[in-house]
Amino acid sequence: MSKGRILIAKPGLDGHDRGAKYVAHLLRDAGYEVIYTGIRKTPDQIVSAAIQEDVQLIGLSLLSGAHNVLFERVLTLLSEKGADDILVFGGGTIPAKDIPRLRSMGVRAIFTPGTPAESILQTVSRLLSKPPSGDRGQEAITT
Amino acid sequence: MIPEDIKKAAEAWTEKAVRRATSRSPERSARFETASGTPVERLYLPEEAPITEYDEKLGFPGEYPFTRGVQTTMYRGRLWTMRQYAGFSTAEDSNRRYRYLLEQGSTGLSVAFDLPTQIGLDSDDERCIGEVGKVGVAIDTLEDMERLFEGIPLDRVSTSMTINAPAAVLLAMYIAAAEKQGVPRGQLAGTIQNDVLKEYIARGTYIFPPEPSLRIVADIFAYCTTEVPRWNTISISGYHIREAGATAAQEVAFTLADAICYIETALAAGLAIDQFAPRLTFFFAAHTDLFEEVAKFRAARRLYAKLMKERFKAEDPRSMMLRFHTQTGGVTLTAQQPDNNVVRVAIQALAAVLGGTQSLHTNSKDEALALPTEDAVTVALRTQQIIAYESGVTNTIDPLAGSFFVESLTDQIEAAATAYIAEIDRMGGVVKAIESGYVQQEIERSAYEFGRSIEDKRRVIVGVNEFKSAADPDIELFEVPEEVRAHQIERLNEVRGRRDQKAVKEALDCLRQAAGDSKSNLMPPILAAVHAYASIGEICGVLRESFGEYEESFS
Repeated sequence: MSKGRILIAKPGLDGHDRGAKYVAHLLRDAGYEVIYTGIRKTPDQIVSAAIQEDVQLIGLSLLSGAHNVLFERVLTLLSEKGADDILVFGGGTIPAKDIPRLRSMGVRAIFTPGTPAESILQTVSRLLSKPPSGDRGQEAITT
Repeated sequence: MIPEDIKKAAEAWTEKAVRRATSRSPERSARFETASGTPVERLYLPEEAPITEYDEKLGFPGEYPFTRGVQTTMYRGRLWTMRQYAGFSTAEDSNRRYRYLLEQGSTGLSVAFDLPTQIGLDSDDERCIGEVGKVGVAIDTLEDMERLFEGIPLDRVSTSMTINAPAAVLLAMYIAAAEKQGVPRGQLAGTIQNDVLKEYIARGTYIFPPEPSLRIVADIFAYCTTEVPRWNTISISGYHIREAGATAAQEVAFTLADAICYIETALAAGLAIDQFAPRLTFFFAAHTDLFEEVAKFRAARRLYAKLMKERFKAEDPRSMMLRFHTQTGGVTLTAQQPDNNVVRVAIQALAAVLGGTQSLHTNSKDEALALPTEDAVTVALRTQQIIAYESGVTNTIDPLAGSFFVESLTDQIEAAATAYIAEIDRMGGVVKAIESGYVQQEIERSAYEFGRSIEDKRRVIVGVNEFKSAADPDIELFEVPEEVRAHQIERLNEVRGRRDQKAVKEALDCLRQAAGDSKSNLMPPILAAVHAYASIGEICGVLRESFGEYEESFS
């Protein structure tokens, strides 16, 4: 039985997909159902895919520096569509200074380069064990 | 001693001395391997082959099969071009960085464009939110290009441009900007990356499907042959394939498989091999496994020379020379303990130089976190200068030739790459191998294996899975403000308001017509549209209508 459904998505125009594919592979091996969007998806496409695929989690990967704008857009759209029970985490080349802001807008965890697989798996498992709610707590750990 | 006797003596040494030593204290590992997973022996021995087959396997610098280098005197004659990839924000900001780099002793320019430019979109396109000016400079019209090179003498500086799907547009803008400076196109020297196949494989800034993309590549080859004869028309890139996770042998194999496809396309378009092949160039990564990387460059040169001579019947030696640019490996940089990256980059740059590169970009220590600061870029450039002027490795040619280990690795990488190329040939060529997902899956498999080997510590990455620090120091990072997009849109609107609309429409109509006729070369109508200040989004928009857009396939 699947441990949960997760969408791994690449917002914006960035083509660096090594990390996204690695995390997708890792989560699949750990027993999750993972849908990978492929590169260059708009926030709209990502949110629609997440709703359509009925996922519990979205992992956004971005290495172009556009994370502040695009992660926020995904969160706003989720909320507009009444889908903010879907939790969002992110990864990529994201400077430490941007992390508090991303978390305060509702990104539950940020995985920066060098994060061990174990820590990603633990965080994902913790996020999925929370009962779905619209509340935007900040319990997730960033690394 | 003849090799046969050496072999016997070595067996005796293994039986006695090694057994005694390892029984007292075992070796650190049961298996040693390169960064790409090739097994490494305890000791390499002289073999008959490199000596008796010297001519066939090594030859002399500047001569077939170019294993030892493409120039006769290599760095004794002229050092490699120190070419730092740079670009961010607006044309003015990037222009300042280029002037700084030239003042600091850079000997060529290398332009990084932002993602909207690379995908042929104007800055005001909805899809560009958050991306304008981020990973490179934003270019919408010729006016941005004029600003980008203001005060930089394009008759004396060579410029490399990392631009692929819309390479024809940016080349046209460069030609137009240079001509406005009074430099005729015949004098221009530089390179466009123009390698769209690896965009499908690994880098992601494709626009059109393979067939029209390859037509554009062939049009550029044909146009430059007569109009911009000193221009390198393509830089066939293994770099991004390696960054995506490929091994050293896969990097060589997939890059040369792409090369084969471009060459076949140009031949099918009616060009003669020795007419365009001398202008083909390559681009590889340099990672930290020093000997493997040096062997990789040597193997790539030998394999390409054979391919050009035997498969494509080239006669001009220049057609057989694999000339290449190198960039140190971005993926090897760590966000943890960023100062350590200076050391990694130094080793990688040394590998590129020992491997005979024609130009080199050294990464900055902060690039696992953001675009580099000016200080970090300066250290990266100084690293090249220290290798060039202090290390002494430039004083003789191909100094690692004859190393039993390096020659063995060179042979192994060549053999592994040859096998991959044969497999891709069997599939019907690289486009088929890309469309079926084969190439991408091979790379993903290597990337996953590499990642796992770090997770379970079979591979040590200093500061990441061993020798960790409690906390990393706060370092100053470079940042591109979000306002760049608004600024760029304002400027684009000004140009749109000022230009001759009728001329723009006519130029775009001509382009549309040429796009529909596969016998027409697209470069002249693109150049005309650029001159009329049509934007990159408008020009690529016309081509999108005619050619359609590529959709990634993946499993």
